Amino acid sequence: MKWNGWGYSDSRFLFNKKGQAEFTGNRYRLSGMIIPGLKDWMEGTFGANLQHKTQATVSPILFFFSILSIVSAAFVEELKSTGIPFSHEAEDRVFRAHGKKAHFTHFNFWFEKVLFINVTLFFFFFYCHNDVVKIVELACKHNVCLIPYGGGTSVSSALECPPEETRSIVSLDTSQMNRILWIDEKNLTAHVESGIVGQDLERLLNESGYCTGHEPDSMEFSSLGGWVATRASGMKKNIYGNIEDLVIHIKMVTPRGVIEKSCQGPRMSTGPDIHHFILGSEGTLGVVTEVTIKIRPMPEYQKYGSVVFPNFEQGVACLREVARQRCAPASIRLMDNEQFKFGHALKPQVSSIFTSFLDGLKKFYITKFKGFDPNRLCVATLLFEGPREKVLQHEKQVYDIAAKFGGLAAGEDNGQRGYMLTFVIAYLRDLGMDYYVIGESFETSVPWDRVLDICRNVKARIIRECKDKGVQFPPLSTCRVTQTYDAGACVYFYFAFNYRGLSDPVHVYEQVEHAAREEILANGGSLSHHHGVGKLRKEWMRETVSNVGVGMLKSVKDYVDPNNIFGNRNLL
Amino acid sequence: MASKAVYSQHRDPLLKKRDDFEDILEERRKTSDLRYALRCYTPALYKGLTPCTVSDLKTMVLQSDQLLYVINQVSKETGTATDEIQLEAEAILEEMAHRLQLTTVRFFAFTLSKIFKTLFRSICVNEEGIQRLQQAIQEHPVVLLPSHRSYMDFLLVSYILYTYDLALPVIAAGMDFMGMKIVGEMLRMSGAFFIRRSFGGDKLYWAVFSEYVKTMLKNGFAPVEFFLEGTRSRTAKSLTPKLGLLNIVMDPFLKGQVFDVSLVPVSISYERILEEALYARELLGVPKPKESTSGLFKARKILSENYGSIHVYFGQPVSARSLAEGRVDRSQFNLTPRHIPSKPSEGIQDFVNDSAFRLVRSQEENMVLKPWVLLAALLLQNQAAGNKLGVLVEDLTEQAVWLRDLSRQFGAFLHWPDHVPPSRVVSSSLSLHRSLVRVSEGRVQLNSESGSGFPPAAMTPEEELLSKAVVVLSCASYRNQVLHVFIRAALLACAVHSVTGSRKQEIFNTFSFLRNMFSNEFILRPGAEVQDFEEACYLLVKSAVLQIHQQEVLVTDSGHRTLAFLTSILDPFVQGYQMVCRFLCEEATETLTENQFVPAVRKFFIKHLLTGGLKYVEVLSSDLQKNALAALLRLGAVQKLRGGADQGTLKVNTVMVNSLEDTLGGKLPTQKTLAARL
Repeated sequence: MKWNGWGYSDSRFLFNKKGQAEFTGNRYRLSGMIIPGLKDWMEGTFGANLQHKTQATVSPILFFFSILSIVSAAFVEELKSTGIPFSHEAEDRVFRAHGKKAHFTHFNFWFEKVLFINVTLFFFFFYCHNDVVKIVELACKHNVCLIPYGGGTSVSSALECPPEETRSIVSLDTSQMNRILWIDEKNLTAHVESGIVGQDLERLLNESGYCTGHEPDSMEFSSLGGWVATRASGMKKNIYGNIEDLVIHIKMVTPRGVIEKSCQGPRMSTGPDIHHFILGSEGTLGVVTEVTIKIRPMPEYQKYGSVVFPNFEQGVACLREVARQRCAPASIRLMDNEQFKFGHALKPQVSSIFTSFLDGLKKFYITKFKGFDPNRLCVATLLFEGPREKVLQHEKQVYDIAAKFGGLAAGEDNGQRGYMLTFVIAYLRDLGMDYYVIGESFETSVPWDRVLDICRNVKARIIRECKDKGVQFPPLSTCRVTQTYDAGACVYFYFAFNYRGLSDPVHVYEQVEHAAREEILANGGSLSHHHGVGKLRKEWMRETVSNVGVGMLKSVKDYVDPNNIFGNRNLL
Repeated sequence: MASKAVYSQHRDPLLKKRDDFEDILEERRKTSDLRYALRCYTPALYKGLTPCTVSDLKTMVLQSDQLLYVINQVSKETGTATDEIQLEAEAILEEMAHRLQLTTVRFFAFTLSKIFKTLFRSICVNEEGIQRLQQAIQEHPVVLLPSHRSYMDFLLVSYILYTYDLALPVIAAGMDFMGMKIVGEMLRMSGAFFIRRSFGGDKLYWAVFSEYVKTMLKNGFAPVEFFLEGTRSRTAKSLTPKLGLLNIVMDPFLKGQVFDVSLVPVSISYERILEEALYARELLGVPKPKESTSGLFKARKILSENYGSIHVYFGQPVSARSLAEGRVDRSQFNLTPRHIPSKPSEGIQDFVNDSAFRLVRSQEENMVLKPWVLLAALLLQNQAAGNKLGVLVEDLTEQAVWLRDLSRQFGAFLHWPDHVPPSRVVSSSLSLHRSLVRVSEGRVQLNSESGSGFPPAAMTPEEELLSKAVVVLSCASYRNQVLHVFIRAALLACAVHSVTGSRKQEIFNTFSFLRNMFSNEFILRPGAEVQDFEEACYLLVKSAVLQIHQQEVLVTDSGHRTLAFLTSILDPFVQGYQMVCRFLCEEATETLTENQFVPAVRKFFIKHLLTGGLKYVEVLSSDLQKNALAALLRLGAVQKLRGGADQGTLKVNTVMVNSLEDTLGGKLPTQKTLAARL
């Protein structure tokens, strides 16, 4: 894995000697392919130029050598006696002091300001619930700050060490707690250690013919404990539910002791659900160690699909109708025009003349025959799951609704590529970084009647802010609707800009992101749908949940962790 | 940001940079009007426009969630079937809606060209403003906010937009136009839509109306145009803005239905207003003639006169978004469905009110002032000083040059031809306005016999006074155009004048007392007391009139002339307000109603003018009287009774009115308590 960016070290985009884009490695469908459209798209969208490459950054190790490790000696001594392995290699520490996904930008720029960063001084691997109990006890005894660390895919600065923290900071790495402890086929549940990474969990369950169906876009790297701690949401939540619907039982170690329920009843009326103190607590109350999660038999049949709409408005109207009729497929996502173009740019080189002829014909049919404006049309990607017959029936129902809104079925292949892009898009960010392009994504949830307004306004706000802050090139500002609910939808925004000519791009980037979030809130969007609050969005918590709300959360924190041992300072 | 221009202009008026003008009639005089009227017209449109016809628009309004909601609500309240109310709504919309069509526009383009060429010497437009507007139209929905001095205003704006190939606006017009049968329909076809003057409690009407305006705005159908001042200003002073329509056009932005709205103030300044004498008589109580087509034909004799030039300045577009930034929490609309009508919260009302004042002020600031405006101010002061013989032309010229320099220092947008000797400028101004002034034996004085319509012979003293008043009020309507330049400094000058001693705090107290007293009279943004005070200080220090120290304000030796000018420019208003107070104390009976107020005051004033107890004829202006009453009502010195047989009866708090009169007269120091209360 990469220390300063997303994903696997072997997978990345690069421009080959002929100036064509290529995706390396062999993990993804796109791996090893030439992507002829990407260069033009990058140049056209960002004004990026292959001649203007960012200078390579220096390894962080050089910089972190000078940071002294002042850890309470007594704590270290007692720890050694427990026999739990730990490390204080600099690179490990940096790795764990930050989320991977979001703060890629900071890595390239932060070295100038290295003194301001507080870095984890130690981190521990641990192997079971009892190890955790011991460490937490010790930390309480010696007043050491603990920061739980799962997959490290946080994009809310949740894993950054608070700069104001003066105690020793110890990172608790759950990655070695990755076993499925048991599977209960009668109740369709599995008891799993919290450190297990999404794809491993899914693979292991598949071996027994089951799945959880929880597939967040980060599932290659994110962990079960992380999902619980952030209230994660999966792509196929329409069938399987979000994490709060999936968990049956949670065991968490807090400074006060271990919290768990006494039974596994599917629903309880026992006062406010204590799981909901844990779900979304973002590591401020303790470490989730074991989770009992619902499982389902693996789906018999899967089918991708896609629909082209003449414009985004029609697309949203269709999604709304699908939600009204409660017939959403496992996943339904609507990309706007900019993302449609982007997806198009990522089409790999076609191997046969026949395919390219067919593509041309399709394009002709949609734009000329059906009169779709290529600068307005947008596309929805679909994923159906279930028994084959039901899938086909369901598919027809959805396509019928789409037709009412001017939607044309656009094939399985386009749908599948749409979902693959989700995984690949993160790698593209690293490519952008090489050519002065920085970008980020963020999400919100919003009532149906405001979906169009929020999409328009937030995109326009990003463009205006970039312009006001002196960005020389028009930014990429795009969105997609990724989830549908009865009363609203989840909207995902991407923005990226070419920062050539800016003296302080990170600052500009932060300002734009900040402005975009303000715009979301002003337009009736939520602070977060599934990324969480972390430290990045903390300032808006009070207006989001009211004074009393903050007070309630605070008093829980004060009881559970009076000395702020879990001192990552997220959320509040 | 666009709005920054609005704020920053106050800092240093001298640095104000304004665009140059171009005469659009010049081209008309050279080329064929017919070809011009028939030329190809392809304006740039809003980028988010969903093309729709006039009838699509109506359907959208009638099917909107907001209207349907109100229809249901009204149906529940009144027990009438929804279908019936739906029909009623359709009828309202039918009565209201415009039917913009190009052929009528072309007809107007042709006839107006002919008319404008005979009436006016030139119509000057700032082209940079036009370019900015063109940009704005493409970016965001646009609201055009012209000043309102004449019936001509909206035809003029549409004419100019047509000339520059810009999207034609839809214009909110008062229902009284509809009285003119053919003309009303023609105006409708050139983009006017008609609103009833008052529809206070009529929910359905309000819903149809607001939804209609919002739909046009949101869809970018056309720029929406309306008059912030609500009605034509008869006095040429800007009127306190009306907030109804501004509230409506702000709403889609505040509720996130559009990203932004560009508000474009347009300042239209006439060298000579067509309705000049008409307004004066209206202010004196001769009722306004009802708009009728035949009346319009009678008015055609005005065609034979020269009305000088018109300047139209399209101001910097102000972004609603940047006005609202940091002021309005838009998330307050998150918790109720947006189609349910609700009264704007106090915060929103304050914000809209504040924005309206800013916009009217930027209209004011971009009004072009002609030399005649300065002359009118000087002549009125001369006359009030009791100079029966009139003033020597040379003296007038000298004073005018002095005033020209002063007003330039104060940042006035003065159109004084610098390459022409001042005497020529003065004489040509005088000749354009010869209906108001008379020059004989090298002396200039107001033309007191010109009260056109009054028979010269056998006039009673009262008639004589009224005929004089017509001229004075016409003249005042020109002087009034420059008031906004001087008002803050004049308030300060009055305060300096009336405070004994030189303590800054006291002067500020008196300043804010006066400012508050006159805030129905002039455009003074609520809550901007300190800002206005600082601005006034800045101007008077810069023009070397005052020296301001930590605690003290001192008048310089050279400053007396300016100070005297400034106090006397405000003096008619001070005296007028004082007299209104006196009237209320002395003559107001228990049963005086609001409707009887103006005639009664007028009678009282005429009596005092004839006996010489009152210096300024212009206090006869019903505008001043109404403003004074409004101020007293606002301050609580007078109360209006509501309901029952006493509906509209004025209840006077004699003690308070008395003390206000004395404070205005400088007889009483501004009491702390009073100042604090005000």
